[in-house]
Amino acid sequence: MSENQQPDQGRRQFLGQSAKAAASLALAPGVMLYGVTPANATTDSGASSANRWGLLIDTSKCANGCDACVTACQQENGWGDHGQTKQSSPAQIEQWIRKVDLRNNSTGASHSLPLMCQHCEHPPCVDVCPTGASMKRADGIVLVDKHICIGCRYCMMACPYKARSFVHEALYGQREHAPRGKGTVESCTLCVHKVDAGDGTTACADACSAAGHKAILFGDLKDPNSEISRTVATYNTTALRDDLDLNPGVRYRGI
Amino acid sequence: MSQPRFSQIPAGAGFYAWIILLAGFIAAALGAVYYMEHSGHWVTGMSNQVIWGTPHLFAIFLIVAASGALNVASIASVFNKTMYKPLAPLSAILAVALLIGGLVVLVLDLGRPDRLIVAMTHFNFKSIFTWNIFLYSGFAAIVLIYLWTMLEKRMNRYSQRAGLVAFLWRLILTTGTGSIFGFLVAREGYDAALLAPMFVILSFAWGLAVYMLVLMISCRIHDRELGNLVILRLRSLLAIFVAATLYFSLVYHVTNLYATEHHSFEAFVLRDGGVYTAMFWLGQIVLGTLLPLGLLFHPSTQRVPLWIATAAGLVIVGAFATLYVIIIGGQSFPIDIFTGYTVSSSFDDGIIADYAPSLPELILGIGGVAIGLMLVSISMAALRLLPESLSDEVMQPLVAKEVVAD
Repeated sequence: MSENQQPDQGRRQFLGQSAKAAASLALAPGVMLYGVTPANATTDSGASSANRWGLLIDTSKCANGCDACVTACQQENGWGDHGQTKQSSPAQIEQWIRKVDLRNNSTGASHSLPLMCQHCEHPPCVDVCPTGASMKRADGIVLVDKHICIGCRYCMMACPYKARSFVHEALYGQREHAPRGKGTVESCTLCVHKVDAGDGTTACADACSAAGHKAILFGDLKDPNSEISRTVATYNTTALRDDLDLNPGVRYRGI
Repeated sequence: MSQPRFSQIPAGAGFYAWIILLAGFIAAALGAVYYMEHSGHWVTGMSNQVIWGTPHLFAIFLIVAASGALNVASIASVFNKTMYKPLAPLSAILAVALLIGGLVVLVLDLGRPDRLIVAMTHFNFKSIFTWNIFLYSGFAAIVLIYLWTMLEKRMNRYSQRAGLVAFLWRLILTTGTGSIFGFLVAREGYDAALLAPMFVILSFAWGLAVYMLVLMISCRIHDRELGNLVILRLRSLLAIFVAATLYFSLVYHVTNLYATEHHSFEAFVLRDGGVYTAMFWLGQIVLGTLLPLGLLFHPSTQRVPLWIATAAGLVIVGAFATLYVIIIGGQSFPIDIFTGYTVSSSFDDGIIADYAPSLPELILGIGGVAIGLMLVSISMAALRLLPESLSDEVMQPLVAKEVVAD
């Protein structure tokens, strides 16, 4: 997709089906072209409220200066520069995930951590969105429907984590599984395409493990046997801006 | 003369020149919109921290002033002050015109203005923006009906009731506008229920200031006498409203100053904020409040129309300064995500964000004002909105009626 526009789902599905049909005719029976299978093939039933996907970030393991999670997210979801000369100023460029360095004002202790959409149970962005483009899935993943986002940016005003970005210029080199659009708002999708494909992980968590830190743990907070559930049940973890009672799906250890 | 007579303003060469001038501003605004939408918002001063910029200053000023402009009509019909009755039709049309100008700016600053139809067909009723879609369109409809009851003799008997509905609606409308900010828990400068009534009071002052200027300039241009009875009444009203805005501003900041958690935000606005501190003290307080109050109360200026008009103009200057501090300043101040920590990142965490209005944003905002003025001007030429005379002789019997009624 070279421009900022995304085709609507109906057309996309139609094209997908047509491609499948054409491929079936052209190739020997039983042979399918790679890539025509929908990304959510494993979960056709859709998101379920039996799950609550989330992240646990251990700041004691997060390395200062390491941004493997950020780079991996950019690669996976196609944001950032990717060779495209950006016209936006640094303050205008989108950031789905960012590294934040903290120093405790009283003790001087330093921490480094990744910050992204916190996938709140009660997301203020969803409350304020006039069209319902900001939405929360049954499994707790907060997303923006790029097809009905009008770019009013009210969600960005409402997000207490500054987790959302506005696309300030035309886009190139988009990923098929991560539709984006100039003039709309976007944020971390919790790698929803991977979740729906049953991968059981996110790009940032994978990258953090690969870098040897294992500071980001992805999992189902509603599954009592998941590692994330067992960890949050055992250790003290923190929700950012806990005073707002938003019950985010992303929790932190060590701050 | 028992009843003031109304007539259209003449549509001569001067009128057409004025309309063409306004059309030029509107065309420039549309060009700016095309440029911003085609390029993307990177050509504006906005960013991921300051996400509502100069167009929002104009849009919110126009929308807030719109509800305030209706006050003059409300005083006539709701509070039955007969002296205001001849002033009411202009007040109603000004309210609708300013609202439309503001809404056009708001819509054209969207990331996807082409999706306006989406906003009109997909509603999330928990969103204050959604409430506002209904409040704004309802306001325009109600005020136009109200105007009809005033202009059409057979409908006159419904005028008071229509005026009451319009008055209540406008109170809710401005509460809704203030609540856009008041309900935002995320940012330090907002999240205060006080913002809703404060916006109502601001609308009283700003709307009246715009109304007074439009009335005084129209009467001057079209040789319609405007006597001291009217001017001095409006002057007193403006003085009270401006004083009330000062009171609300005082309560807002003193409340913040009392709570330690807000000290850093208050220090930012009141002392260390550079352009925002200057906007607050020089723009909002000195130019927008103290100077107008001085002009409206000082014995040597308080009865001079030119000084009263100057005061009204200063109130509008102060309005933009106030909105700059609230909207831009409120966003520039960093969001406190990690209380008790000093933070830094590549995403402007922990620092005051830069914002400078860009030319396209300014042109779009000015275009909104031009749309409002054009609608008012054309309405005044097409409808009998402006009394032929508001001289003291014409107004005296109406004032006498009020005394009897009281």
